[in-house]
Amino acid sequence: MVEKFDCIVVGAGMSGNAAAYTLAKRGLKVLQLERGEYSGSKNVQGAILYADMLEKIIPDFREDAPLERHMIEQRFWMVSETSHTGMHYRSDEFNEARPNRYTIIRSQFDKWFSSRVREAGAIVLTETTALELIFDAYGTCVGVRTDREGGIVHADVVVLAEGVNGLLGTRAGLRPSPKPESVALAVKEMHFLPQETIEARFNIKGDEGVVVEVVGSVSQGMTGLGFIYTNRESLSVGMGCLVSDFAKSGVTPYGLLENFKQHPSIKPLLEGSEVKEYSAHLIPEGGYKAMPELCGDGWVVTGDAAQMNNSMHREGSNLAMTSGRIAAEAIFQVKSRREKMTKANLSLYPKMLADTFVIKDLKKYRDMPALLHNNSRNYFLTYPDLVSRAMESYLRVDGTPKREIEKSAFASFRKARGWTGLFGDAFKLARAWR
Amino acid sequence: MSISTEIRVEEKLYQNRYVIDSGRAHIRVIAEGAPSANLLAMIKLCPAGCYTLNESGRVEVAPDGCFECGTCRVLCEASGEVEWNYPRGGFGVLFKFG
Repeated sequence: MVEKFDCIVVGAGMSGNAAAYTLAKRGLKVLQLERGEYSGSKNVQGAILYADMLEKIIPDFREDAPLERHMIEQRFWMVSETSHTGMHYRSDEFNEARPNRYTIIRSQFDKWFSSRVREAGAIVLTETTALELIFDAYGTCVGVRTDREGGIVHADVVVLAEGVNGLLGTRAGLRPSPKPESVALAVKEMHFLPQETIEARFNIKGDEGVVVEVVGSVSQGMTGLGFIYTNRESLSVGMGCLVSDFAKSGVTPYGLLENFKQHPSIKPLLEGSEVKEYSAHLIPEGGYKAMPELCGDGWVVTGDAAQMNNSMHREGSNLAMTSGRIAAEAIFQVKSRREKMTKANLSLYPKMLADTFVIKDLKKYRDMPALLHNNSRNYFLTYPDLVSRAMESYLRVDGTPKREIEKSAFASFRKARGWTGLFGDAFKLARAWR
Repeated sequence: MSISTEIRVEEKLYQNRYVIDSGRAHIRVIAEGAPSANLLAMIKLCPAGCYTLNESGRVEVAPDGCFECGTCRVLCEASGEVEWNYPRGGFGVLFKFG
């Protein structure tokens, strides 16, 4: 006998858990499919958790969710081979009763989120790989075939929360596969250090934490970013660059990460650490222009699978959570009206999402991906190097008159990019940021 | 910097946990003719170092250390050179931290 559910959620990442939890709380009969041993065992992220978006789903999450540290300081570094120029922001205002951003360890956090999904009443089937979507003669999605024996399950609607590399939706032709220029490959290591060492090195105490984000020579001319996040007893250390850039450069991702760790500004922060895991994951980078259609007859797509990632602000999991929650609320409304899960009815989901920060932010930065991808050598090599040299000559006291130092700094910028290049880059950046 | 060439990715994978589904590789190279630039790029680009070049100039994949990230799928599925599926439920990489 084929079992029938109100809704099948494919995947137990941020958007899948948000959707399954919200649907189950509203009393729908939910089946969630996860291919890992437990929810979280296949999931990889830096990772920062944005409290506001989780509060809208589980208001009391702080009581028992495995949170590492709340962020009180952000360090943006622009690096050359030997230097970094930094902009830091640290505020005691971030030491608040309900902090805004936390570091989390995804496998552990997702396991907790999944336990809440089960408590809410959803059936979570782990160690189950979804193989394909099932459609009826009219092209309506009616269920999922899994790798379990007799593994066909039916539902009124399927939530495709299958991640950036989701196979179901792409193989069914519901959305295109990601393109090499619209995904970044990120590699990450978990570096363990005693809690006191982390606190002393990053100038923090208690649950306070720091984010370090690094652009410049470390991405070797590619569009990319390096990062260090402080967890309680570990540091998440990683680097990500566009897949299309990697393919052209011939740089190995682990070689790039190793070089990042050797940078003179990074190395002392990691000294003496024990690495306990090495992982990799794709990150959607295409932005608004790479977003597919979000619903059809009998299906919706959420989170990374729908390219919902704001790469300018390195926000992804909050867009995922919010899209999962909104999709679930839309499904619940359609269900409450006893209407069918048609594309027309489910279009309530994209309509509701358009009113949230998810679509508004993605739209704001729609021109950013193309700009940075086409100009990566200038933005990630030339400018960081020029800034570094200008800073060095500004600080080095060797008897050169200040006016000459300033003149030669300006000249080096002009020589590297020309006036048209400089103004063009600034103009394009400003326009894409607007 | 030249460090990148000396890194042995096998040493990095050593810490990770895997449940290998013996005899059922979830990624296969469909060898037809000379490998494309994208397939050749995988030899360096695969973060788990699963792709190698054999003596006859063919690209081979041994996905035991695979993270299931999908980079090779993004680059090589369209040309038909790589057949890509997820491992059966419960198999493959199992992240402790993720």
